[in-house]
Amino acid sequence: MIRKIFPHPYLSLTLGILWLLLVNKLAVGSLVMATILAIAIPHISAAYWPARPRLVRPFALLGYIGIVVYDVIVSSIAVAKIILFMPPAQIKSAFITVPIDLPSPEAITLLAGTITMTPGTLTVDIADDGRSLLIHSLHAPDEGAIRDEIKSRYEARLKRIFA
Amino acid sequence: MIGAGLDILIAALLVLGGIFGLIGSYGLLRLKGAMQRLHAPTKASTVGLGAVLIASAIGAGSWQEVLVTLFIFLTAPLTALYLAKTLIHSHVSPADVPPAANGAKWAAQPPIAQKD
Repeated sequence: MIRKIFPHPYLSLTLGILWLLLVNKLAVGSLVMATILAIAIPHISAAYWPARPRLVRPFALLGYIGIVVYDVIVSSIAVAKIILFMPPAQIKSAFITVPIDLPSPEAITLLAGTITMTPGTLTVDIADDGRSLLIHSLHAPDEGAIRDEIKSRYEARLKRIFA
Repeated sequence: MIGAGLDILIAALLVLGGIFGLIGSYGLLRLKGAMQRLHAPTKASTVGLGAVLIASAIGAGSWQEVLVTLFIFLTAPLTALYLAKTLIHSHVSPADVPPAANGAKWAAQPPIAQKD
């Protein structure tokens, strides 16, 4: 019954919260509207969501967001230093292949987005079999270290969150 | 007292945001090549924007900044990804990019030109 009304519970929850944030105040009217949207939109867009992402540990996602926000701040300072002080000839940029073994498209999307937002790295492309990401690093004196950091810091955590 | 402290915090965040925004823009000017230039706006400016948004959220006491932050985090990687994909599709030779694992091909890459 509940599954019928909320085929995508996480999507519904997100939409409801988004609406409340948009309205920017907590009133009965906006709660009703949030509920209507949370039920209607997943049904209307159901054709585009054939599978539901399976979260094994949804709350670990909060810890993951915390780590990413911290990394974004630290990496911005690192990139700012490179921009301001490093002579252009010394900046060693490189393309790096990162093999991935994440199960779901949602997890891979999240990993790709994380790579773009953090330490001097940028997701450039995905392989046509979905098993590796091509990333570009602004300053990569050691390519292996960057690959290992992405795998251990982000991919390992995402593997624990998504089934 | 608390009001003054809050004002100082907001002012500091705004200045910080301005500095990072400026560094991001300066990076566009200073870094070489399209790939390197793509790094400047996606990193430095994110923190700059974040600082301004936090300042705005504290100043106005509003939750909508959370929404703006969320949309930035959703759209910035996508914009960067599409710029990068276009770039390696049309301006980077497949020989200059490391191969994918398991002999797969990169999705955006044109087939390697055969000599004839």
